[in-house]
Amino acid sequence: MPGDDNAAPSIGFDPRLFFKLRFVNHSGRLGIGYRDHGDDWVELTLPYAEELIGDPSMGVLASGPILALMDMATSVAVWRKLDAFKPHATLDLRIDYLRPARPGQTVIGRGECYRITRSIAFVRGQAHDGDPADPLAHVAGTFMAAEGYW
Amino acid sequence: MLPPYADFLGLSIEASDGAPVLVMPFGPDVIGRPDFLHGGAIGGLLEMAAVVALKHALDADGGGRIKPINVTVDYMRGGRDKLTRAQGTVTRLGNRVANVEAIAWQDEPDRPIAAARMNYLIVR
Repeated sequence: MPGDDNAAPSIGFDPRLFFKLRFVNHSGRLGIGYRDHGDDWVELTLPYAEELIGDPSMGVLASGPILALMDMATSVAVWRKLDAFKPHATLDLRIDYLRPARPGQTVIGRGECYRITRSIAFVRGQAHDGDPADPLAHVAGTFMAAEGYW
Repeated sequence: MLPPYADFLGLSIEASDGAPVLVMPFGPDVIGRPDFLHGGAIGGLLEMAAVVALKHALDADGGGRIKPINVTVDYMRGGRDKLTRAQGTVTRLGNRVANVEAIAWQDEPDRPIAAARMNYLIVR
């Protein structure tokens, strides 16, 4: 992990390199990958997979993988805003499921960190499956750094 | 009874007095940062526990299809390398909307690692 105890958040954080590490963990197993990023936002992808189906009669993805995608996208957005990796944990996350994801489509999750304090980061984001103007989920949440973000 | 995503999480069902309890094993498929459960896996477990509790209540009330409207998850403790259990409670079963809560715990139910509150749309 690109962890660093350096108090000054100046080491830089590149989510593209972070996702090249291919972790053997939940997000790796879900196939979550990097798509794009800016100074305070990140876009990740969740490929459609039959093993992630929550409603077999419709072939629709379960809501859990979308929650995991948005947890990850908003978490990485915090490290982008800091431009550094800092260990933190999700304090709360709320998701509105605006519509079902379309079977077969990759889900794109965009997370943004819009405010950060020494101990709390405030995040929001949306997920879509091709058209950002037609979102399928909306999230808002907070993260907490036990050791402080700086 | 459980969908493919429940198998993905490795869930099994335990009978209980109230709604069924779901059990999730610890392993690489559900960890986030090293040695801790991923928040997404905990959230997914809580949602499955809520769905199971709601279907349980709905079956006793004429049945119906359910659609998730929203979920709010509070993360209270890190999930460690042990079994995690989760159980849902239907706080209100209406004609069109159900309010459901769920908690996840590892040692005792009164020391939850996470809790969630959901609204579901019911199509009868």
